[in-house]
Amino acid sequence: MTSQYESLHRKIVMIMAAAATTPLLILAAINFVEFQESFILDSQNPFRAMVLKSKSSFELFFAERASTISLIASSYSYEELADSAKLQRIFQVMQKEFSGFVDLGLISGQGRLVSYAGPHKELQGVDYSSQDWFHKVHSQHRFISEVFQGFRRSPHVVIAVRHITEDGRSWIVRATIDTSQFGKIIAAMNLEPGVDAFLVNRQGRLQTDSIYYGKALDSLGIPMPAPTYQANSVRTLDSQGQPILLVYSYFADTDYVLMAIKPTHSTLRAWSMMRLDILLIFVVSVLLIYVVAARSVGQLIARLKESDEKRELALLQIEHTQKLSSLGRLAAGVAHEINNPLAIINEKAGLLSDLMAFEPNMPRREQFEAQLKSIRETVGRCRDITHRMLGFARRMEVKIEELDVNAMIQDTLLFLEKEAIHRKVCIIQDLAEDLPKISSDRGQLQQVFLNVLTNALAAVDKGGETVISTRDRGDGFIKVSFADNGCGMSEETQKHIFEPFFTTKKEEGTGLGMAIIYGIVKRHGGDIQVQSQLGCGTTVTVVLPVKHSIAGVSGA
Amino acid sequence: MAVGTMGLHVLLVDDEAEFASTLAERLSLRGFQAKVARDGESALARLGEESFDVVLLDMMLPGMHGLDVLRRVREALPDLPVVMLTGRVGARDGIDGMKGGAKAYLSKPVDIQELLDVFHSLKETG
Repeated sequence: MTSQYESLHRKIVMIMAAAATTPLLILAAINFVEFQESFILDSQNPFRAMVLKSKSSFELFFAERASTISLIASSYSYEELADSAKLQRIFQVMQKEFSGFVDLGLISGQGRLVSYAGPHKELQGVDYSSQDWFHKVHSQHRFISEVFQGFRRSPHVVIAVRHITEDGRSWIVRATIDTSQFGKIIAAMNLEPGVDAFLVNRQGRLQTDSIYYGKALDSLGIPMPAPTYQANSVRTLDSQGQPILLVYSYFADTDYVLMAIKPTHSTLRAWSMMRLDILLIFVVSVLLIYVVAARSVGQLIARLKESDEKRELALLQIEHTQKLSSLGRLAAGVAHEINNPLAIINEKAGLLSDLMAFEPNMPRREQFEAQLKSIRETVGRCRDITHRMLGFARRMEVKIEELDVNAMIQDTLLFLEKEAIHRKVCIIQDLAEDLPKISSDRGQLQQVFLNVLTNALAAVDKGGETVISTRDRGDGFIKVSFADNGCGMSEETQKHIFEPFFTTKKEEGTGLGMAIIYGIVKRHGGDIQVQSQLGCGTTVTVVLPVKHSIAGVSGA
Repeated sequence: MAVGTMGLHVLLVDDEAEFASTLAERLSLRGFQAKVARDGESALARLGEESFDVVLLDMMLPGMHGLDVLRRVREALPDLPVVMLTGRVGARDGIDGMKGGAKAYLSKPVDIQELLDVFHSLKETG
């Protein structure tokens, strides 16, 4: 019975929780994916913008310097530039205007260093014709090299411009730039901690020192991404296998690629915090839904159970009453059937007496008369029994009438006398003489008294006693108490005594007796109370109104 | 026995033959002229043939119910007193009988003295 309600409870809670949680789950999942996307995009966008901006700085840097060299190459004649003193002066002006120039040199069309201004005087007369950049400047006229070591054995960048006069003579003005200038531009990016930015050439060789990926001229160790002059981002793994976000942009005029690398986990740390928040909100919501569902369904089920029990009790009461009334009909039938043969026996005995009266000299008359008297008395006893049975049957019909409760209790005791005598239980009647008559239904009240008294008799041991007392309370109610000195009841039993299906008589009881009489007494506007102490006895008090005030008491 | 002097004609209507014949014999011993009918139809026929002073009528009869017989007797012979006999105890049968015009009712088993008292009072009230 209980487990049936529990499983119903569980089922409804599950359905409610599922119905409420499913949209929440879908919403959370959508949020999760959307947030993740936008979070990654948001974190990439400023990063990309920064890379583009820095690339422009680099390009501006190169362009300015290349233009300066270009201007020098075309403004001065070969002879002027070949004059070391003059070249020295030009170099000094150049250094003053632009930072980063290390030296300046004039190289003949054949590749020999003609004149030189700068710290590496030992380079005077060196032949560059075998150098890679020399070949490139021949074809491109203006050339910005990668970082390389060259003859001076220190990393540097060469900007070379080839000038050709109208009569076909050509020379090359070449300046070197200190790579520490790159570091300044990168430093201006104001990188957050953990982020690395550097220049690399198209072959994947570092052009500036990086924080995590090696020094200038080391190999980067990350495959070069597809060329683009936009700022592009890729998610890949570095040489240590760490997931990284790589933002890069290729330079248009040179071999350089600007790269910025951010470990993915730093991007995802903020995301994972947010993910935790989403999860937390989800879990709390689900818990809340579950608790609310469980509690409200619990209340609902409790109501349902209560009303089910009430209905069941009502049905059982009806059934019980029907059983009693059919029992009543049966009793009436049996009593009637027995009354007829009993009447015959009575008449036969009467006739024998009559006939004996006409025989004046009958021998052993006294003995015959004694036997006939005994027969008549026995018939009388049988008649009492059938009368009682018929009375019981009649009481099954409900009608409100004036009742003498004292007399009713005595009637009820007639039923139980045998049982009381058999068990040697003493029944003491303490009945108030001034008890007012009450309006009620005889049959139902009889049942109340009978049930309470049967219980009382069952509770006492041999030689115990039960005191029945009646009192006028004087407030429109009378009080009938049944006090026994029997085994008593535990508090637990008292608490449940009026509940249907509660019984202590494991096998024989229906557990309905007390529930039914409780129902009867309540319906008649009365009350019933039980006071008991384990081992000391029980007192059941029935309070009944003198006037019947309950309208529409049905036959139930 | 002073009752014997009454000499009343009594019709006893009861389907229990043993009961009816025994009671009739006891009444005869007391000077009554008692006749027995087994059911309502034969009782009504008998009443058409002879005149009686009183009818003793059982409620539970085969065929016609005692109350129907009572009604028919009251219609045909309004002056004939009828005493109802009932196997039940409830007041209902008695009340129904009295409403139907019976003079008295007695429940089975019948105490002969009670019956004689009833006859006596009928005689007196006329």
